[in-house]
Amino acid sequence: MARIEIRDVSKLFGEVRAVEGVNLLSTEGEFLVLLGPSGCGKTTLLRMIAGIEEPTSGDIVIDGQVVTHLPPRVRNIAMVFQSYALYPHMTVYKNIAFPLRARGMGRATIKDKVEWAAGMFGIGHLLDRKPRALSGGERQRVALARAMVREPSVFLLDEPLSNLDAILRASAREELRQFQKRVAVTTVYVTHDQVEAMGLGDRIVVMSKGSIRQVGTPAEIYQWPADTFVATFVGSPPMNLMEQGDLLVGFRPETFLPAEFVEVRDGGVTYPFEVTYLEYLGAERLVYGNVGEKFQARHVVSRLPGSVDVSIEAGSTYSFAVSRRDLRYFDRASGLRTDKGLA
Amino acid sequence: MANARKIFRRGGLYGLLSVFVLFGAFPFYWMVIATFKRDHDLFSPANNPFLFNEPPTLDHLRLLLFDTHFLTYLTNTFLVGLAVVIITLAIAVPAAYSLARWARGWGETLGIGIFLTYLVPPTILFIPLSRFASALGLQESLWSLILIYPTFTIPFCTWLLMGFFKTIPRDIEEQAMIDGLSRLGAMTRVVLPLAISGILTIVVFAFTLSMHEFIYALTFISVSAKKTVSIGVPTELVRGDVFQWGPLMAGALLASIPVAVVYTFFLDRFIAGFTMGAVK
Repeated sequence: MARIEIRDVSKLFGEVRAVEGVNLLSTEGEFLVLLGPSGCGKTTLLRMIAGIEEPTSGDIVIDGQVVTHLPPRVRNIAMVFQSYALYPHMTVYKNIAFPLRARGMGRATIKDKVEWAAGMFGIGHLLDRKPRALSGGERQRVALARAMVREPSVFLLDEPLSNLDAILRASAREELRQFQKRVAVTTVYVTHDQVEAMGLGDRIVVMSKGSIRQVGTPAEIYQWPADTFVATFVGSPPMNLMEQGDLLVGFRPETFLPAEFVEVRDGGVTYPFEVTYLEYLGAERLVYGNVGEKFQARHVVSRLPGSVDVSIEAGSTYSFAVSRRDLRYFDRASGLRTDKGLA
Repeated sequence: MANARKIFRRGGLYGLLSVFVLFGAFPFYWMVIATFKRDHDLFSPANNPFLFNEPPTLDHLRLLLFDTHFLTYLTNTFLVGLAVVIITLAIAVPAAYSLARWARGWGETLGIGIFLTYLVPPTILFIPLSRFASALGLQESLWSLILIYPTFTIPFCTWLLMGFFKTIPRDIEEQAMIDGLSRLGAMTRVVLPLAISGILTIVVFAFTLSMHEFIYALTFISVSAKKTVSIGVPTELVRGDVFQWGPLMAGALLASIPVAVVYTFFLDRFIAGFTMGAVK
């Protein structure tokens, strides 16, 4: 178990600023998710924690020790790559044993540990196979077993679920989460998939263009986005944003409901909603349309749960409302969330 | 109907294959038959050249093995080839690795540049290089060949190996470094085993290139005991306008058998090496 501290780290590739002035502190045993669109610097940050890339400036501290210029092998970290990076010329057994052999452990110790790690991930029967004879899910387990076998103090994962099919991904997510709680190793997990991030993370670090936009629990990130980037990147469909003077007003699609379903007691806001398009998704309906009058006509989305069984058709205008406590305000110029609109 | 077509197709395939087999095997057949034919049989225009018209003989082999320095030529060739392979590996492997891995944009350009030097023909280079060899005091020494041959094996092999190293995912190497190895350790324990077919390819290639090289060897070496097979056989067995076809063919045969065996043995990897390097 260890704490990871990132102190004012920047990374330049030539002229390109991949990571810029990032500060971050994990707690022990935390599951930290780096979330952002591709090219936002999250993988570069992970690789700097691993020691594969060296920061242009700033420091990486693991467990109180500055490791900025130390090679990966002395950092006692484990990493699972997106491609799993299994050694294709070695059997599963040798793959898992590799980090132990690199540390010069005895044959008998290695055997015990490999069997323990293989047992933990249910791949004991695959030890004699080569990676090419494994399915995607099996490969992922081998990669995880190899990462865990030497009981690292930090566990780094670079989109490890993105190569699995949808069904496998859901169950792998659950297993990964339970496993991480059991071993309680500080974990940094990189993903561009917000569902993974929300489901897995103790805290989520939202990144964009090389810098951190917000750090918080999944609920904080979702309910109180720090700026318009987080508001629109997290959530599907994203938060609706409308111009109002020098502010932007935002509300989640699921809080934008037919007026009769919204408590207007606290002074909710009602809008005429001209529906243009409908999507029926089984458990919910997505209603697309424009709100006019009070604001310039803006395109917004409403997400109606199955329990809201009101008939809605494209081409008609309905009265929709948002409860006041669900409204968020952002500064139009900076995009940052502000409390101004609440007054 | 379908059956007939199948037979027809099969026949076409084997027919084509036979043409190539004949094309490839004929030189060997010619060498074998000339090696064991009596001189009279060889030179008589009335005889069928494709068959033994008189009983075979071992005279040519005897002359080659006991009256010339043929066995010395073989040893020299082998020594030079071995040394060239070692030098080539020692330089081309790290060069190709660093060009493929570290030199981002210009690595490719540099790789092509290095390859282009391979295309400069020895006929242009042998005069300046012979001055180079004499400046080093290496005339009449196998060391001259050992030093000069890498000038064409290294560029080609570096270029070929670059293609191999590029096919090995970076992730695997980085994983090895995270798993506890240094960069050098990751290269020797993970990257090199994965590039083994490429390395075997350049071993075979460097060896055969140095084995059949002619111009440099002819220029630098004139003492019989220092000659390699590629110059020893033609210079010692062609006297003026007299071609001693029996021993000549016997020499060619004995020298080519090991190469044929090696090629056959490594052929799959060899071809994989070429296509991999070319297509990436």
